[in-house]
Amino acid sequence: MRQRQLSARDMLRGDLEGEELERYVEEKVVLTRLDEMLNWSRANSLFPLSFGLACCAIEGIPMSAVTARYDIARFGAEAGRASPRQADFIVLSGRVSIKMAPIVRRLYDQMLEPKWAISMGACSSSGGMFSNYAVVQGADKFMPIDVHIPGCPPRPEAVLYGFTKLQEKIMGNADQGWRARYNAEGTEEWARGGPRSEPSAESAEAYLAARELLRA
Amino acid sequence: MPDAPGLELIRGEIEDAQPGAVLDTGFEHGRASLAIAPEHLLAVLTWLGESAGHEYRFLSSLHAADYLPAEPRFAVHYELLNRDRVERIRVKALLADPAAGAQSDGSEQALPEIDSCVEMFPTANFQEREVFDFFGIVFKGHPDLTRILLPEDYVGWPQRRDFPVGGEPVTFTYNEKNYG
Repeated sequence: MRQRQLSARDMLRGDLEGEELERYVEEKVVLTRLDEMLNWSRANSLFPLSFGLACCAIEGIPMSAVTARYDIARFGAEAGRASPRQADFIVLSGRVSIKMAPIVRRLYDQMLEPKWAISMGACSSSGGMFSNYAVVQGADKFMPIDVHIPGCPPRPEAVLYGFTKLQEKIMGNADQGWRARYNAEGTEEWARGGPRSEPSAESAEAYLAARELLRA
Repeated sequence: MPDAPGLELIRGEIEDAQPGAVLDTGFEHGRASLAIAPEHLLAVLTWLGESAGHEYRFLSSLHAADYLPAEPRFAVHYELLNRDRVERIRVKALLADPAAGAQSDGSEQALPEIDSCVEMFPTANFQEREVFDFFGIVFKGHPDLTRILLPEDYVGWPQRRDFPVGGEPVTFTYNEKNYG
């Protein structure tokens, strides 16, 4: 350790020369492409959305991810974000009821690209034991899911394996939005007819009126 | 708690005041219940609440049940309580299904109807909405009869017994291959 620190200090000072410098570069420097480095850093500092749906949010995430024995911080994903704007991925932890589905979808839409979703447990993957009128039979009916983790609840090893699968996916993927990943371009929903549409007459009028008020 | 003979006395008194109101009585698990015709509902509830010696003034629960092959099919249950004597009585209003036997041709389905008791018991407001939500029983005179738990655009009455269970069929090919 001491030896390494000394050699790093020497290198920074410019004291290393010739064969020593060659050896130092060979040992310490990795060459890669920028987007690979970007994906590598993304995969190893994922921020989950602090979000729970049902019992997997109670048993699954705390027991199998954040406690000291399994500790998802080893993979750089321990910093739960309370806002979807800051989160990189969402874990659907439990059954999604038909009343909750639009809210989950809105949270996913509010997250910034690149973004990922893990469906944790049987319920959010397939409806699980809730084969009834109130529960969506699989969350991928209304949003894209990158990793499904089976189990009721999944074993902690399964959760962490699923998470490392997501990391592999991120590292293997160039910078793509979810619509590119799932071949869903052209399915965007726009308010008022499309991205280039003019504002409606009423909203333009309201905007002008509000500006007049501000000036007065 | 009125016992079985006490229940018969109540039935007789209601018969005197409202002929034809009580269809049946039942006494199960120490709980007395009166099965009544729905058009007499408000009269019977008023009578039970106000006549001396009974005074069941507290509605502790309102719910419904679907007894499908039975006829009439639905029952709305009113659990009444006398808080001084801590005595309970159950009133079942039996409701036939007006859509029974009708072919569903996509038009508006006829729904069973009963008088709302919100005027008498304000607590019945949400409970009647829940019964409407899950069984499609219309409470006439309810101030705001809309769905309360399910999404507003939900189609169907999911707690009815003829409502499909839903979900997706699962095929267990292992069992079929090895034991089928």
